[in-house]
Amino acid sequence: MRFLITAVVAYAAYLILTIGSGTVALWSKEELIVGAIFAVIAGALLRNRFIGKDLRMLNPRRWFTFLVYLFPFFLAMAKANIDVAYRVITGRINPAIVKINPNLKNDMSVTMLATSITLTPGTLSVDVEPKTNELYVHWINVDPEILKDMPRDYHPICGSFPDWARRITG
Amino acid sequence: METLNTVSYVFIGIGLFFNFVGAIGLHRFPDVYTRLHAATKCTTFGSIFLILAVIVQSAGIWAREGTISQSVICIHSVVALVALLVTNATGAHAMARAAHRSGEKPARAVVDDLANRKERE
Repeated sequence: MRFLITAVVAYAAYLILTIGSGTVALWSKEELIVGAIFAVIAGALLRNRFIGKDLRMLNPRRWFTFLVYLFPFFLAMAKANIDVAYRVITGRINPAIVKINPNLKNDMSVTMLATSITLTPGTLSVDVEPKTNELYVHWINVDPEILKDMPRDYHPICGSFPDWARRITG
Repeated sequence: METLNTVSYVFIGIGLFFNFVGAIGLHRFPDVYTRLHAATKCTTFGSIFLILAVIVQSAGIWAREGTISQSVICIHSVVALVALLVTNATGAHAMARAAHRSGEKPARAVVDDLANRKERE
């Protein structure tokens, strides 16, 4: 099973990179054969590395949720980009590093949330507390309201991203 | 074809605007973290639109004339887009973490929870 998945992913990656090389539905015969050989080799060598102990990411529903997630994410990214462009031009910044606790359980969802926070302009994940999965986020224009109490509210920083991360990888 | 060209020009315009803003921000902002905001995020967003313009153009020609070489440009641009998104976030994160570990204080910061943690340890 692991071997098969790794080989299929390797073959797909090879096909994407060699697209347009020939006439058998966009690929040449040679590329298809060589790709298959190398996919088998890669699958045999890397099957225990590519897929860890946990097989839950094989569920296609998670991938579908991920594709749906791209839309609100891109919207948030566009909004935040316009905000940062405004701050660049006016120079009105109010930066701070705040600690948020998004209550995520596993490494993959923390990685996903941190990447989402970093890709949304205005917020940048600086460090992570490995035991409790709390994130330290550098925020370019801090809201004075949330600085009042100590477990900071994460909604102004990343909105519903933690819920999405939990749904996709949790 | 006209529509496709217009769409590409709009995408290129948006992309250039955000890349330009990113470059200005790199000079205007006071410290490494705020500069990372401008330099990595604005340029990522700008580059997304520049790549989208390439994808629109090549996909349009590919669909109209069936030239296989355009499919190469189209698909490889998508691959470049994904690589850009993944590596840019990771790179920005690594730089920010390294800066904080080497003692760089965020300029004009209101609160620094991370520094407070280090004092506790």
